[in-house]
Amino acid sequence: MTLAYVLAGVTMLALNAYVLLGGADFGAGVWDLFARGPRAARQRAAIEEGIGPIWEANHVWVILVVVLLFTCFPPVYAHLSVALHIPISLLLVGIVLRGSAFTFRAYDSTKSPVQKYWGRIFSISSTITPVLLGVCVGALVSGALALPEGGDFLATYVRPWLTPFAFAIGGLTLSVFAFLAAVYLCVEVHEHELQEDFRRMAIAAAIAVGAFAGIALVLGSRDRLPVMGSLLTQPWALPFQLITGVLAVAAIGALLTRRYRLARAAAAAQVSALMWGWALAQAPYLIPGVHTIESAAAPAITLRLVSYGLVGGACVLVPSLWYLFRVFKSDSMSAFERVDTAEYRRPPEP
Amino acid sequence: MTDLLAARTQMALSLGFHIIFAVIGIGMPALMVLAERKWLKTGDPVWLDLAKRWSKGTAILFAVGAVSGTVLSFELGLLWPTFMEYAGPIIGMPFSLEGFAFFTEAIFLGTYLYGWTKLSPKAHWWAGVAVMVSGTVSGIFVVFANAWMNAPAGFEIVNGLPTNIDPIAAMLNPASFHQTLHMTIAAFATTGIAVAGIHAWMLRKNPHDVFHRSALHVALLVAIPASLLQPISGDISAKFVAKYQPAKLAAMEGQFATERGAPLRIGGIPNEATRETKYALEVPKALSFLAFADFDAEVKGLEAFPEEDWPPVAITHFAFQIMVGLGTLMMLASLWVLVLWWRKREVAESRPLLTFLALLTPAGFIAVEAGWVVTEVGRQPWIVYGFMRTKDALTPMPGLVYPLIGITLLYCFLGVVVAYLLWAQILKTKPMTQEMRVP
Repeated sequence: MTLAYVLAGVTMLALNAYVLLGGADFGAGVWDLFARGPRAARQRAAIEEGIGPIWEANHVWVILVVVLLFTCFPPVYAHLSVALHIPISLLLVGIVLRGSAFTFRAYDSTKSPVQKYWGRIFSISSTITPVLLGVCVGALVSGALALPEGGDFLATYVRPWLTPFAFAIGGLTLSVFAFLAAVYLCVEVHEHELQEDFRRMAIAAAIAVGAFAGIALVLGSRDRLPVMGSLLTQPWALPFQLITGVLAVAAIGALLTRRYRLARAAAAAQVSALMWGWALAQAPYLIPGVHTIESAAAPAITLRLVSYGLVGGACVLVPSLWYLFRVFKSDSMSAFERVDTAEYRRPPEP
Repeated sequence: MTDLLAARTQMALSLGFHIIFAVIGIGMPALMVLAERKWLKTGDPVWLDLAKRWSKGTAILFAVGAVSGTVLSFELGLLWPTFMEYAGPIIGMPFSLEGFAFFTEAIFLGTYLYGWTKLSPKAHWWAGVAVMVSGTVSGIFVVFANAWMNAPAGFEIVNGLPTNIDPIAAMLNPASFHQTLHMTIAAFATTGIAVAGIHAWMLRKNPHDVFHRSALHVALLVAIPASLLQPISGDISAKFVAKYQPAKLAAMEGQFATERGAPLRIGGIPNEATRETKYALEVPKALSFLAFADFDAEVKGLEAFPEEDWPPVAITHFAFQIMVGLGTLMMLASLWVLVLWWRKREVAESRPLLTFLALLTPAGFIAVEAGWVVTEVGRQPWIVYGFMRTKDALTPMPGLVYPLIGITLLYCFLGVVVAYLLWAQILKTKPMTQEMRVP
């Protein structure tokens, strides 16, 4: 195990965190779009309250992934940036519109009709962006980014990602994000009817996850993607599939029996297992057929200094994140919420 | 439009857009923290109101800053993959550290904005301090990386590839100190003056509004020291550029001929074809003195360099003049405030001063943009000064004019929206008078 492998693992962990935290924020935006029925407004309010304080922090994981990639594996970052220029550019438009529309909605005057449009922009870009993210991953996984020199524009910049398989991964990503969001919201809302709404959404999304995973599996096997081979034949493959399967069943079971905290843990573990299964199947390649972890790694001194930086950074980051989630995601703090604003306005004793 | 020009324009636009929000992200938390501190000490609700109102504006601006910064982290690769492949292992360090600083900033900003009723007042104030510190640190790390592009250090080129990499030496390159100093002070000066200007404008209509008076005082508290220190850091920068990037200095000054006792040019129009700068107000020997602390020092002119290594002279020269001119006006405004305060213990009563401050509202932002034009355009045709030319770093992807059009439309839209929201949030407020202050 070399440092390059460790850092590739850390990069994957950061991506994992982005999916579990930032992904769920995107998923919440998807449910904002699909909020229906008599409680649509309350669903939207719960979604907004759930994301508000944490989305900026959850969003930073993707920046960490990008920075680790260009520092530790610069050729991979350069290669992906060239081959996936178009979907990444579209993805960025989605990220910009989503983040700003969410904030604009929150801070625009509540009575303004313009607010409705911000909500629309927020929820539509929340839905499109995960698909594009999945398309990028799908193109990478499929091995289509190992491009021959001198291909024409379509062959080089469009065809590698404009494939059914890549879009199946896009659909999988979207449904995973929506699934996580709905499960988390089940824990976070305390009103029974709302909980039931989000529970139904979670079950629907879980079915979609299964469906898209199945489609991706079929398409991947049809195209004989090497990743699919590893996912089926490697010695670790069977236990891994089993664990993922058990976690999926546990998540659905917990939702059916309304044990939401268990459902949240199982869903997060299931999604993580899915991601690490992909990572293991693709290893040692970072870009199948082009760059391995070792071949793309930056010089040893860079890797060593970055790992010191990561340890130092984690010492600041972990307690800060813990504090953020303790303040906004824990019931024990709800006593503070009841403090009247007028009460708060009274200054402390000098 | 060539792909190279499209890529450079897109980068300039993205950076120019992001810098405005980055500057506010560094400066604004300081103002909020000062206002909230006043509230904690005095219990006067006007300070709490102020901190809350400012924090709303900050939330809007920070969100746009965060997403436009994300765009940049991807754009570095989308537009300049060759540069990033080359530079990533050398200057990735400050970027990684910046990642953590920005993470901390985002975490505590969330805590600050949404934690008014969830935290004790003291804990809330400390969250604001954490935002201020991590925001400043994050800006410093990013500028470290840019400084390396101006003064590459910490590697050797063997067979065309960077070897013997020393990321620490790269991070602490010769340009790091003065660039981070200049930029950090600029962020505080710009935000302070801009906020002071906005509230000065409101005070012109309603001079006894307690809310805007308080706001003006806090903003000036940040703006005055920063804008008075800035000329000193500017002088340190100029001396560095003179030593390490003489072609940039020559372009900044419109200095075509190499001469001893070179004059400082104020204004003027450089003409690359005739190789002279006309219509400038020339201060004899002043450039030699400012650049080398010697009235008779030799200043290298552009003629000392092959023409293919010249930065665009006119743009660099004009941008430099604009930056220095606006910086000087901001310094004068600060001196004016200090004199008034010393003589009358009151600044909000002087209508001419309020008008001057209001007019200066955008000055810092324009100066910052102009300053970055000097740094970046003045470095051309190099992306890594002396090592890699910008054109060699470009992505092979054709049709770059289309992403440029896309990002231009997107940022124009966002700019208009942000301006409208700030106007609606901050300016469309009822005046607060002494009687409305609850005891």
